[in-house]
Amino acid sequence: MIHISKRGEISAGKALGIRLLAIVIGILLCSVLTMITTGIKPVEIGKAVITGSFGTMRKTWIFLQKTSILLLISLAVTPAFKMRCWNLGAEGQVLIGAMAAAACMVLMEGKASNGAVIAAMTVSSVLAGAIWAAIPGFFKARFNTNETLFTLMMNYVATQIVAFFCVEWENPKGSCQIGVINQKSNLGWFPQLVNRYLLVIVVAVVAVILMYFYLRYSKHGYELAVVGESERTARYVGIKVEKVIVRTMLLSGAVCGITGLLLVGSINHTVSTTLAGGQGFTAVMVSWLAQFNPLAMILASALLIVLGTGANELATSCGLNASFGDILTGVLIFCIIGSEFFVNYRIHFSKKHREVKANV
Amino acid sequence: MFDIVSFIPRAVMQAVPLMLGCTGETITEKSGNLNLGTAGIMYVGGICGVIGAFLYENSGAEMNNFLTVMIPLLCCLVGSLLMGLLYCFLTVTLRANQNVTGLAMTTFGVGIGNFFGGSLIKLVDTDLPSVVLTKTSLVFAKKLPFADSCGWFGKIFLSYSFLAYAAIIIALLCSYVLNRTRTGLHLRAVGENPGTADTAGINVIRYKYFTTCLGSMIAGLGGLYYVMDYASGVWSNNAFGDRGWLAIALVIFTVWKPALSILASILFGGLYILNVYIPTGTDLAIKEIYKMAPYVVTIIVLVISSMRSKRENQPPASLGLPYFREER
Repeated sequence: MIHISKRGEISAGKALGIRLLAIVIGILLCSVLTMITTGIKPVEIGKAVITGSFGTMRKTWIFLQKTSILLLISLAVTPAFKMRCWNLGAEGQVLIGAMAAAACMVLMEGKASNGAVIAAMTVSSVLAGAIWAAIPGFFKARFNTNETLFTLMMNYVATQIVAFFCVEWENPKGSCQIGVINQKSNLGWFPQLVNRYLLVIVVAVVAVILMYFYLRYSKHGYELAVVGESERTARYVGIKVEKVIVRTMLLSGAVCGITGLLLVGSINHTVSTTLAGGQGFTAVMVSWLAQFNPLAMILASALLIVLGTGANELATSCGLNASFGDILTGVLIFCIIGSEFFVNYRIHFSKKHREVKANV
Repeated sequence: MFDIVSFIPRAVMQAVPLMLGCTGETITEKSGNLNLGTAGIMYVGGICGVIGAFLYENSGAEMNNFLTVMIPLLCCLVGSLLMGLLYCFLTVTLRANQNVTGLAMTTFGVGIGNFFGGSLIKLVDTDLPSVVLTKTSLVFAKKLPFADSCGWFGKIFLSYSFLAYAAIIIALLCSYVLNRTRTGLHLRAVGENPGTADTAGINVIRYKYFTTCLGSMIAGLGGLYYVMDYASGVWSNNAFGDRGWLAIALVIFTVWKPALSILASILFGGLYILNVYIPTGTDLAIKEIYKMAPYVVTIIVLVISSMRSKRENQPPASLGLPYFREER
């Protein structure tokens, strides 16, 4: 007889142990899968995954940069999730922020100094992202409109807006792509710190620290946690729930906007419909895997990036499709999702006779 | 000139995958499970059908029409059933968060579709240049026999393959079962308030498992129809695109009524290809704005239905929440 009951308290060590075990099982499953499809020995797989992200100096920098972007988006969606408001629109918010930055670069070409363009890009990206998130937030607060579905749809509206401008401002003609903007003048390109990767990493680190303190020690962070736990409780203690929802969504969108800004200003210098590359959705998983803890998110996003990069390299080296990484990401996440059950619930295997005794 | 006789059949062909996805997702949501993995499930359904058909076409055996249909169909159903079971195991048995599970399923499913789509040839070691299933597609895309002899009527109503008609029948059947039978009543009770349903003696877990798996299988058929009929048996990666999400949007648009999904998906199918039919001259950019139409319409419906908050137009009350008997 199997009986399931909810755990009251679980020690932090035990919870961590269960989660680590899940990650180990997930990685083992992934390597078995890789072995079956590619026929490579496990040791070689491990080597390839490590060298995929850390093989050379350049690869390490790219790894750090990719992790920072994923981390930034994960941080962005976190305050909304903590409030139990499912912002699945990070993809669109990043895109619209990127679009706003690119628009500034295109429209202000030759009309303003580099500093002015960068300032305009920053302001417009943050605003665009924030507004894109606040629209669903407003309707959620005012009419209790389902934000999961609303934000999802906003992704595609943003994608089409970007597609529109990609055709409108295509360069060269007929390519339906914007191409690298201001390639000659480098107007609106962010200055490099040491190398072209460091700026994004620095921004991500600062954002982690700020978000950690915002969620943990600020009044706003407290309010949104209360709203997330129970809207009624929040109302009783005098928190204006509508205001908190809109404010949190504004913040969530603004951070997404900053990510879009960095993608355009510092990394790609162009915008396309696939700029966010599904990371808005991966970020949801990262945030959840880290249990909304900004510090744990660093590890979670690094883990997913290493796995994805490694799997891609392995698959392409064997002439297989690079989507192999998505399959492995899925497997790993399923394992971790499943493990949450054992953190929250206890399973009793009771034998028949013991039950009888208890009844007597 | 707007050519309505050629527009409608193309809109309907666009609509069939959406209709199947929407019907599957509707009954899933009626059981209280918000399965955001539908997009992934449709990819898996499609690629499983492709794998089955590919192995059969290249097995060297004499092709027989019955097996040509049944093998991909069964592969597709089994593949999507497995995805449904995985989702149920995680969200119902292990009570995991439905949004996160759904998104992971989408990543996983799209990954499977693209991986096998891109690597099938390498994996089975043939010398074919790409996955093209012309023979299978010809059988799948067979129209009704008298379609060509009936003029415009035949073109608009009779020129589709069996899966298209199956999609309509499935939607009507789901609508009937949901609204007119005891099983449907029980299912709706599970979605609205599982605690009460449990008290009334309904096996909540069994209902959730059964409908979610059935819903996945129906959605998976949408993927199969897309590859075999619409795309003429050619699998190209990411070609299926965002139709899975559009199917989820349709569920809201139809306010959880499968019968409505027939007309609504044709409307969406029409909106999806509208940009091809509206004369825009040389202005290609404006076409991208027209492509926004299905999503904007969905948002408007979502907002209006929440503003009016009529009780029969609301999502199932327990949508997205896990059920644990001891917590009610």
